Amino acid sequence: MQPFIEVKDLSFSYSLSEQEKIPVLSHFDLTIEKGSFVAILGHNGSGKSTLAKLFNGLQLPDSGQVLIDGKDTADEKNILDIRKNVGLVFQNPDNQIVATIVEEDVAFGPENLGFPQAELRRRVDEALKAVDMYDYRKHEPHRLSGGQKQRVAIAGVIAMEPECIVFDEPTAMLDPKGRQEVMNIILKLNRQLQKTVVLITHYMDEAAQAQRVVVMDNGKIIADDTPHAVFAQVELLKSVGLDVPQPTELIYQLKKAGIAFDKDVLTDEECLEALSRKFSEDEHCQ
Amino acid sequence: MLNNITFGQYFPADSFVHKMDARFKLLMTFALIVFAFVAFNFASLGLVAVFTVFVLLLTKIPLKMYFRTLKTIFIFILISAVLNIFYVTDGTLLFSYGIIRIYTGGILRAVFVAVRIVLLILISAVLTYTTTPTSLTDAIESLLKPLSKIGIDTHTFAMMMTIALRFIPTLIEETDKIMSAQKARGADMENGGLIKKIKSVIPILIPLLVSSIRRAKELADAMECRCYHGGKGRTRLKVLKAGRRDVVATISVCVLLTGIILLNIFI
Amino acid sequence: MSVIKTENLCYTYSENTPFEKGAIKDINIEIQQGDFIGIIGHTGSGKSTLVQHFNGLLKPTAGKIYVDGEDVWEKPKEIMKLRFKVGLVFQYPEYQLFDETVESDIAFGPKNMGLPEDEIQQRVIDAAKIVGLPEKLLKKSPFDLSGGEKRRAALAGILAMRPEVLVLDEPTAGLDPIGRDTILDRISEYRAQSGTTVLLVSHSMEDVAKVTEKVLVMNNSRVAMYDTVENVYSRAEELAKIGLNVPHVTRIFMALKQKGFPVNDKVFTVDQAAQQLLPLLKKEGK
Repeated sequence: MQPFIEVKDLSFSYSLSEQEKIPVLSHFDLTIEKGSFVAILGHNGSGKSTLAKLFNGLQLPDSGQVLIDGKDTADEKNILDIRKNVGLVFQNPDNQIVATIVEEDVAFGPENLGFPQAELRRRVDEALKAVDMYDYRKHEPHRLSGGQKQRVAIAGVIAMEPECIVFDEPTAMLDPKGRQEVMNIILKLNRQLQKTVVLITHYMDEAAQAQRVVVMDNGKIIADDTPHAVFAQVELLKSVGLDVPQPTELIYQLKKAGIAFDKDVLTDEECLEALSRKFSEDEHCQ
Repeated sequence: MLNNITFGQYFPADSFVHKMDARFKLLMTFALIVFAFVAFNFASLGLVAVFTVFVLLLTKIPLKMYFRTLKTIFIFILISAVLNIFYVTDGTLLFSYGIIRIYTGGILRAVFVAVRIVLLILISAVLTYTTTPTSLTDAIESLLKPLSKIGIDTHTFAMMMTIALRFIPTLIEETDKIMSAQKARGADMENGGLIKKIKSVIPILIPLLVSSIRRAKELADAMECRCYHGGKGRTRLKVLKAGRRDVVATISVCVLLTGIILLNIFI
Repeated sequence: MSVIKTENLCYTYSENTPFEKGAIKDINIEIQQGDFIGIIGHTGSGKSTLVQHFNGLLKPTAGKIYVDGEDVWEKPKEIMKLRFKVGLVFQYPEYQLFDETVESDIAFGPKNMGLPEDEIQQRVIDAAKIVGLPEKLLKKSPFDLSGGEKRRAALAGILAMRPEVLVLDEPTAGLDPIGRDTILDRISEYRAQSGTTVLLVSHSMEDVAKVTEKVLVMNNSRVAMYDTVENVYSRAEELAKIGLNVPHVTRIFMALKQKGFPVNDKVFTVDQAAQQLLPLLKKEGK
C-alpha cells in the first residue's frame, strides 16, 4: 500500500500567551494509506481535531513533518496543491457554506482553482450528484435540513476532486436521519469513488464502519487496529471516556461474569449469532 | 417573529425579467427610480406607473407579494402624503379649522407623492424579487470593476457582500433562538423604560456577537481549505451575459424616458 | 395530579416563514407531578414546538394548555410567572451565556424573578453544585469554560430558578460520551433528589431508555405513542416505520425470542440484557 498522509515525529502546541503553551500533540507518528478508510476516535480535547487541521496545512507543526503524497505542508509552495488534494469537512455545515445558492457554493473551490467555466459546470454537477443533492442545486442553503446542508458542504469539497477527504466530526450537530445520510455518503466516497477517507469522530458506531480505527487520548495514539480488534479492548476505551457498541459491551459483560465466547463481536448480527450458539450449546449439554 | 421579513427576498419564476442580465436590471432600476422623480406631472408619472405595472405583470410573481411589501410600509406612505396635504396651499380651500387648512392643491400633491413612493417601492421590489442576491452582488462587482483600475479592491468588497447575504438568514434565526432562550429565563423585552429596554438587549447582543465571531473564524478556515486566496486567478461558474432581452428592455426604457420628457414639456 | 394538561392543542407557523418548522395538531396529553418523560421524534415532528408551549413561549393557535390546573392563556399578563414555573433549557444552551462571570450568568433567571440578593446567591451556589461545576469556576468568564462546562453552566441557569417542571431540549447534543453521561447523570440525580417533573427531548432512544420512565413519541405533528418505556419500546416495528430504532440490545433480544430462545425481549439497556442472560446461560452451562 502506498502511504498518502505521513505524520512524522510531530509536535504541536497552542500558545495562550508568550510563555504559556498547551501541548496538544507530541512526537506523534501516523501513516494513512492511499484509498483506505481510517477513523480517528477520541473524546473532546484528545487532539483529534487539531490533527485534521495539520493534514492540510491550516496549522503547521512546531517540529516534525506532515507529508501529503510526499509533499511537506510547511512548504508555502505546496499549500494550494495540498489543499486541493486533502479536502476538509467540518462539524457545523452552516459555517462552511459561502454562497447563497447551492450550486454556486459547490463551485467555490474549483472557482478558486481557476478552472474554465465548462469544467466548473461538470465538477459542480458531478459533485452534487455524488451526494444526491443535484435536485437542490438552485436552492438556498439556509432552507435545507442539517443533513442536506452537510451534504452540500461535502459536495463543495468533492468538486475540488481531492485524493483524500478528512471529516472532522461531520455528524455531531445532526439528527439521526442526517447522520445516516452523511455516513452513507462517506462510505460511498471510499468504496465507490476510491477516495482516501479520514473520519474524526467520537461516535463509536461510525468508527466501527471504517477499515482501521485509531484511538487517541491526550495527544497520543493508544490503539490502532481493525474495528474488531480495537473495540475488543473495552476496558481501555472506557478508561478514556469512549463508548463501545452495545453488542460488544453485552458480550464483554457476559465474559467478565465468566461465560466464555471465542470471538469478539461488533454488530447486532454477530452478537445474535454468538448468543444463539451459546444457547444451542447449552441445550446439547443437557 | 423575525422571520416574517419578506422585503428583499427572491421569488423564483421563469420570466422575462428573471432571465435578464442582473447588471442591466440594476441599471434600469436606477433609471426607473430617477424617472419617477423627474416625472413632475400626473401624466408623466402615470406613464411611469403604467410601465411599472406592465413590468410587475411580466415578472409572473403573484401581485399579492407586491401588496404585502407595500403593506409593511403603508404608514410611511401615509405620513408622507399627509405632510404634503398641509404643506401645499394652492387651489381652492376645502377645509379649515384653526391653523389647519386643506386646499385642493394639497390633496393632489398628497396623491402625487403617495403614487411616487409606491412606484419607487414596487420598482425596487421587482429587482430584489427577480434577482438572486448572488447575481446582484455579481452585478455590482462587475459594474464596479472599472474602480479596481484605480486601486480599489472590488473583489473583496463583493465577497463581503456575498457572505453578508449568506449569513443574514442564519443570524436572524440565531437571534430568534437566543431571544427565546433568554425569555425562558424570564428576560422581559417588552416592558419598562428606555434604559431597561437597552439593558435587556445585552443578553441577546453578547451571545450573538460571540457566536458571529466563532462563525467568522470557522468560515475563514473553511474558505482557506477550499483554496480561497483572493480574487486572483479566480474563475466563475456564473458569468453574466447580456442577451437580446436586455437590448429590448433598454430600448423600452429609452422610449419611456422620451415619453416622460414629452409629457413633462407638453402637459 | 397533573402538572401539565393539554386539550386539542394546535400550533401552526405562519405560512410565509421561510424556515420549515414542526407544527403540532390536536395534542391531548397529561403529565403527572414527578414524571420523568422522554420526548422522541424526528426534526420537524413538532416536539420542540410542543415544549415551547409548556412555558408560554408559544401561544397555541387553537386548544388549551393547563399548568397546575390553570388555563395558561386566561391571564396573558401573568405568563412571566409560567417561565419560572416551567424551566426550559434550549438546545445548545451554551450559546445563551452572556454575563461577565459564570456566577452572574446563573443569577440572571433568579434576578428576573425579583428574589432578594442573598436568596439569589444561595440558589446560584446550589445550582452550580447540582450540575457539578466547581466553585472556583464561578468567578470565571463563561467564555473561558470548556464545552461541557458551558453546557452545565447554562443548565444551572435554569435550575437556579427552581422550576416545578424542567424541560430539556436535547441536552446532550454534540457532546462526547463523557460530556453526555455527566449531563444525564446530573439530571437523573437532581430529579431523584428534588422530585421535579422532568421532560427530556432527545434523539437517542438509548439515552431515553437509560434515564426516563415514560416516553412520548411525536410524529407528523401528532402524538404517536405515549406510554411507559417498556410499552413503547416493545412496538419496535411501528417505531421503525416512523424512522426510530429501538436500542441494539432490544433488537438482538427480539431476534433471540423469535428464534425460540427463552428470553424476555423487554430489555432496553446493556445492563438489563446482561442481568437477564447471566442466570440463563450460567445455569444451563453448568
